[in-house]
Amino acid sequence: MTSSNQYDAIVIGAGHNGLIAAAYLARAGKKVAVLERRDVVGGAAVTAEPFPGYRFSQFSYVVSLLRPEIIRDLELPRHGLKILPLPSTVTPMDNGDYLAAWDDHDLTRQELYRHSPRDAEASDEYGRVMARAAKAIKPILGLVPPDPSSLSLRDMMRMLKVGQYAKSLSEKELYQIAKLLTMSAADLLNDWFEFDPLKGTKSASGIIGTFLGPSSPGTAYVLLHHYMGEIDGAFRAWGFCKNGNGGVSAAIASSAHALGVEIRTNAPVQQVIVKGGRAAGVALANGDELQAKVVISAADPKRSFLQFVEEKHLPGEFVQQIRNFRVRGSSGKVNIALSELPDFSCLPGEGPLHRGAISISPSMEYIERAYDEAKYGQFAKNPYIDMIIPSMIDRDMAPPGHHVMSCFVQYAPYDIEGGWDDAKREAFGETVISTIERYAPNIRRAIVGKQVITPKDIEAIAGITGGNIFHGELLLHQLFFLRPAPQWADFRTPLPGYYFGASGAHPGGGVMGAAGKLAAMEVLKDWK
Amino acid sequence: MFQLKHTPFHERTAKLSLPQNWRRWAGHVVVGSYDLHVEREYWAIRDAVALIDVSPLMKYMLEGPDAARLLDKLTPRDIGKMAVGQVGYTGWCDDEGKLLDDGTISRLGEQTFRLTSAEPSLRWLSMNAVGMDVTITEVTEKMGALSLQGPKARTVLNLVCKKSLDKLKYFRVMENTLAGRKVTISRTGYTGDLGYEIWMESADALHVWDALMEAGHDYGIVPCGILAMDMARVEAGLFMIDVDYTAANHAWIEGQKSSPLEMGLDWAVHLDKPGYFVGRRALEREQRAGCAWKLMGFEVDWEGMEPLFAQVGLPPQIPAMAVRGSLPVMHDGKQVGYASTSTWSPVLKKYIALVHLQRPHYEPGTRLTIEITVEHKRLHAPGKVVKLPFYEPEWKKK
Repeated sequence: MTSSNQYDAIVIGAGHNGLIAAAYLARAGKKVAVLERRDVVGGAAVTAEPFPGYRFSQFSYVVSLLRPEIIRDLELPRHGLKILPLPSTVTPMDNGDYLAAWDDHDLTRQELYRHSPRDAEASDEYGRVMARAAKAIKPILGLVPPDPSSLSLRDMMRMLKVGQYAKSLSEKELYQIAKLLTMSAADLLNDWFEFDPLKGTKSASGIIGTFLGPSSPGTAYVLLHHYMGEIDGAFRAWGFCKNGNGGVSAAIASSAHALGVEIRTNAPVQQVIVKGGRAAGVALANGDELQAKVVISAADPKRSFLQFVEEKHLPGEFVQQIRNFRVRGSSGKVNIALSELPDFSCLPGEGPLHRGAISISPSMEYIERAYDEAKYGQFAKNPYIDMIIPSMIDRDMAPPGHHVMSCFVQYAPYDIEGGWDDAKREAFGETVISTIERYAPNIRRAIVGKQVITPKDIEAIAGITGGNIFHGELLLHQLFFLRPAPQWADFRTPLPGYYFGASGAHPGGGVMGAAGKLAAMEVLKDWK
Repeated sequence: MFQLKHTPFHERTAKLSLPQNWRRWAGHVVVGSYDLHVEREYWAIRDAVALIDVSPLMKYMLEGPDAARLLDKLTPRDIGKMAVGQVGYTGWCDDEGKLLDDGTISRLGEQTFRLTSAEPSLRWLSMNAVGMDVTITEVTEKMGALSLQGPKARTVLNLVCKKSLDKLKYFRVMENTLAGRKVTISRTGYTGDLGYEIWMESADALHVWDALMEAGHDYGIVPCGILAMDMARVEAGLFMIDVDYTAANHAWIEGQKSSPLEMGLDWAVHLDKPGYFVGRRALEREQRAGCAWKLMGFEVDWEGMEPLFAQVGLPPQIPAMAVRGSLPVMHDGKQVGYASTSTWSPVLKKYIALVHLQRPHYEPGTRLTIEITVEHKRLHAPGKVVKLPFYEPEWKKK
């Protein structure tokens, strides 16, 4: 073995979290390698070109929660990060009308007023309440979650920190947060609004990436989770990444590289090597062994603990908890190359709606029914679809005059009855096209190519067990000090020297990077 | 479709604005200034007569046996004491006694009120009206509103109105006919001068505008934008939501909120009225304890400011218009408050500001300093705390 295979730290997986963890460790002077199974970096934040000239953010497709301090610390703008505005959401309605929400208070209000004066005002108030709650809860996301049952000094100090912060909130804010943590999105939205397309569209962000419907308790929190992106709105932390989400990964990889991180692609990890009860390196699938003082997994919890580490090195109870960790994939994606823009009957011709999100979410009931089908092992026949047309935001995404359209689709269960096969994938894609066709009749003739991605494909390509976009659902019992398992939410694991820093860790998914950064910080704290 | 709204006067105002200077107001576009010199519009308010489009004000009709009871619950004002034909200015609070909004209430009948507000209030009104026999209708878009302000305002109105305005007292409202169209006219405004606000159906808007412009021609009528009005309202000591105070439901933190007592609305907070109103207990507590902050006027000493500019060889440079930006106010090198709007006052020939001061620095006559910028350097000009308003012409209430 040569010294070139000796590192201070090895990171498994070159997704955005893995790259961020590596960059922070290198920034602290450590010799770091990132090992990536695939031939590209980025994990689920990658740009692909399945049809020549048409580029897609293959999986994740917007940047909403990327932590501003990571952008600063890693100098991502210097490494090419450009986040372009995505200023509106239009919901076509079944009666031929539409509901539009703009990145402008007056226009949004004016538009909603057309449908419901009461909701127009409630929406103002709701937005403020949610933003304040998100602001209140956001600092907690940046903290390592304390374990409330622990008496260790470390946890007590952290508890104190959260406690001190909570004390700075008003009673009203605390009650709001308590409610938001326990309610369903449907109950929350019914408290506030009456207009179905509005409730449908808002509820959608409560179910994205979970295997739940809007009426399931806990979905209100997910809704709030998505609101966090809005707080840093002024810093443009929310939007479309130039060159697709592969652009985010490229910027982070470039920064990591500049800091001295060695990134190896086509280097699947077989196993974490354990010596003297500590993680001591990894064995690659090709037989190579790399040594390191610490190993950080940025893969999903199942892979990290059930595949990379032999069960004998981990407590049975912990293994059991990871086995029970819910990673039910619930969504798919259809990427469509187009020869012309979809022409929406509710707003004919090219217009501002093409530069923002277009949401097929006519009501909460529509989404709940879509969930019902998924619950019993079918993909939704009338799915919720969140569309964006990246080529309208970044002209480099498609040949001139042509377009690419990204359709996030829910629900598509990982465990579909009889298992996913080509015929089912085709039928799923067809369902999506015919759903869009109801609102944009020219879509079919405009299709140049289409790429249909099921949860099974997400698992196979991006390596996320279960195909869950958050590496594990954002359920209350899988958040904060319970993510990924009780007592092990501080990025450490029962195996000394082995750390865990990905979306399956606190604070959860989205192209956020917090888990990667926090894990690196904990590694550095423990460094001796 | 994806544009901000126009007011019913847009067809006229758009043609008249020479600099095409537009401003946003409650989801509408309105003229910022008509003239290349804002001061010409300003002087129409103070010396002749100015016509201002104030249609974006939110307007609500409250009707029914419980209309008065609803307003009495919502506002710290004693609505029971308001006679038919009376107009009352008031702020209203959340239950912590912090200001949500402010506006006027016109008692058009025993059971009929019109409320104006800066922010949408339908939700707040409806929430508080539960169990009451009152209908609440938003009429913002159905109505046009013009403000005719200035010492010649009455003369001009009398030329076009069927009924004389001579008997209409300050803060009273009347039904009238203006050039053949039904209007209500209140003796109110946002300038602190003699002035009236004319409320009409949107369909009659252009007709009324034309009649007033024609009648006012020989009296020096000038269409006036909101920039000139902003100067006049500071002189009149009138504050503006989200400029001079943050609505409690817009505030990010507790410290951003203000109570009506802090904003100097003591005269409109009737703690002696019977029964509960929203914010009552908090306001009673604050009344007992005294206010931590007060909104006051501040006049900068010209003699104190001149040398600061003279050092660099300049005469004093004062912004020609009202500036909506925070300026620190200091006492002995320690910040004790801030200005929220400051302006040059052409009628007073003074540099004045609306300031928020901490106890005990808000007593009239207190000497403090305010930040000024002299050739990119932040300096402090001396001045003194004064009562509001800065300017009140004798004809305002006559």
